[in-house]
Amino acid sequence: MKRVFGDRKTILILLAPTLVIYVLLKLVPVAWSLGLSFFEGNTLRGFEFVGFSNFTKFFTDPAAIQSLWVSIIFAVLATVGQVVLGYLLALLYVFVLRNGSAFVRTAVFFPMVLPTVAVALLFRNLVSVGSNQGPINAIINFFGGQSVEFLASTIGTMVVALVMTYWSSMGFYAVLLYTGLLDIPDEIIESARLDGASGVRLVRHIVIPLSMPILISSIIFSFNSTLKVFDSLLALNNGGPGTSTSPLTLYMYRTAFQYAEYGYGSTIALMLTLLCLVFTLAVFRSSTRKVDA
Amino acid sequence: MITRRTRHSMLAVGIALATAGTLAACSSGAGSGSSTAGGSAATGKDPSSFTVLTANENPTLAKELDALAANQCKAENKALPLSHQTTAQADVVQKVTLLASQGSLPAHFIAGTAMVRPDGDLGKGKLVLDYKKALTDLGAWDDVLPAASSTVQSVYGQMVSLPYQYNVEGIWYNKEIFSKLGLTPPQTFDDLLADAKKVKDAGYTPFAIDGKDAWPITRLIGMYIFRNVGPDAMKDIQSGKAKLTDAAYVKAATQVQQMAKDGYFGEGFISKDAATANNDFLTGKAAMKYDGSWLLANINDKTQNKIGADSIGLMPFPAVSGGKGSIDQWAANAGAAMAMSTKSYGPKVSAWLKCITQNYGSQALQDAGVISGFKVNKAVTDIPAPTKMVQEKVAGIKQTVLWFEALMDAKSTALAQSNVSLLTTGQMSPQDYMSQLQSSVDANKQ
Repeated sequence: MKRVFGDRKTILILLAPTLVIYVLLKLVPVAWSLGLSFFEGNTLRGFEFVGFSNFTKFFTDPAAIQSLWVSIIFAVLATVGQVVLGYLLALLYVFVLRNGSAFVRTAVFFPMVLPTVAVALLFRNLVSVGSNQGPINAIINFFGGQSVEFLASTIGTMVVALVMTYWSSMGFYAVLLYTGLLDIPDEIIESARLDGASGVRLVRHIVIPLSMPILISSIIFSFNSTLKVFDSLLALNNGGPGTSTSPLTLYMYRTAFQYAEYGYGSTIALMLTLLCLVFTLAVFRSSTRKVDA
Repeated sequence: MITRRTRHSMLAVGIALATAGTLAACSSGAGSGSSTAGGSAATGKDPSSFTVLTANENPTLAKELDALAANQCKAENKALPLSHQTTAQADVVQKVTLLASQGSLPAHFIAGTAMVRPDGDLGKGKLVLDYKKALTDLGAWDDVLPAASSTVQSVYGQMVSLPYQYNVEGIWYNKEIFSKLGLTPPQTFDDLLADAKKVKDAGYTPFAIDGKDAWPITRLIGMYIFRNVGPDAMKDIQSGKAKLTDAAYVKAATQVQQMAKDGYFGEGFISKDAATANNDFLTGKAAMKYDGSWLLANINDKTQNKIGADSIGLMPFPAVSGGKGSIDQWAANAGAAMAMSTKSYGPKVSAWLKCITQNYGSQALQDAGVISGFKVNKAVTDIPAPTKMVQEKVAGIKQTVLWFEALMDAKSTALAQSNVSLLTTGQMSPQDYMSQLQSSVDANKQ
């Protein structure tokens, strides 16, 4: 067996089909998309080389800049919330509920398996006003308050979108971080306790540093997925009111597929890719420094 | 450490690049569309079936074409069998662009408004059939109602759509509520506002509006503009003769914003969908609803209409005092563009075209109560009262106007509709609304 896998030719023969498929399905389209960024037009009109003009257009396009900010703000707030709530839940599972956490873990994880669009429609109905008054406004009315039309304002829509994201994904991050916490040897916790560390001090000085690698992975995972948020904001309020909660992905979709500007759409996709890359590298740099120290 | 970092970086880069990959995968397959010569005589080549691409949202059309295939167009169907393809309305532009670029457009297909105009992607490539010439050659041009053909030509710049629907738009009102409050259909916009106030004070919602779709609100802005500036108001914007930032245009946005502020659209109208708004009107919660004659399908449905067919009236958008438009100019449209491919316009397809033109009018009216832009060549019986009322109104129309976004490009249309929620909730001023829209119209002028 060792001899077979030690042979370079065998390795190449075994890997080649997968590699070819990967290159054809992943790398070629990516390269194609990169190339399209320098063109304008669509499949019917034909494509025209426009150099860097799509990139200049991106930085002078108020709608693109607005969408960029929506993506960044949403990603930062969603990541912070998801990871913090997930971490608190994980601590709850490990230190409070201990072996009896299975039911709570399953219950909190459950919304993760629901389709995002269904969750968005659910939240839309929860906060609706008027003839189809939702339970949130019914509660507000019960306590004597005026109905609030959450989806009529940017902040309202953003708040609903974030609560929805936290609700549906914190269970996932809780499970992810929970596995990280389980890896911390009991002896270390015990000896820290014997040394007098307990409660917040134990978490701050022992648990967090030891679970840092999985925490960093969670942050990167969360940021990369929330930066590409699309379906939830589309289904919740169609990126509205106006275009004030329209993220970069939605703007890319509309540009490419509704306005048939494939070149500019590809440019927006590229900018999003770069944003994910820059952030991921930034988190890595800061984290490796911390972990090394 | 470095190895782990590199591996993780690569994973992250991979995840990130997937976004770009998705887009590229969908947009690859370049190549310019084949451009066959335009014209209408059956110069194309018949395909193997008469494939019709329609929108999922309009099942009536496919159903009525099936009925024609089984009856009046039996011979045509035998020669070239009818088959259907459907797509979501929102995906029409993308799908048709792709099909056209591959040279595989169906014989008869739905298309985006801008695509079939003379300067649009399909119009420029002469990929769509000129029905006026084709139907004149077939001796069936008289079967298209002049009002419908004039509407089609003013929207698309050429006769490239079959008028499967002929819709007039106006304000549907609840006669019972009106008579209870001693109101008559208002003749001026000021009267309309005064009536709306009385309706609101009596505890009803003055206007049932589905703000989620946005267009019912932009229609009000458009109608005010047509009444105030005149029937050519939006053509003047297109030609650059006027600007949306001119006082007369901004006033329309101001008026509609004020209507929303005064609570005339009811609570929660911004996120209300069409079904809820229809329900509000058809159960007597709202006194009025601006909508097209396609609402007849809901009005004629007894399970939806709880106030009774006789209690519903239709009035035109009222005049604006001192304005150049008139209350007699109804807003009209002829449904989504239904074009034919010049490439597959062979003798058998042209036989289908002739048969549809001669029979669709009576078939759709008899079977579905749909008023089309085709002549009704066969006596139709048992027409529901509301449909009859609309028919009579349509017969008396001398001049029509389009709708607010009819001549705008796709981007400006989307902007007009997405920003209207900001306008009506007071988060955007009427000036900003109109100036953003004007900038978009200017930027997208080719």
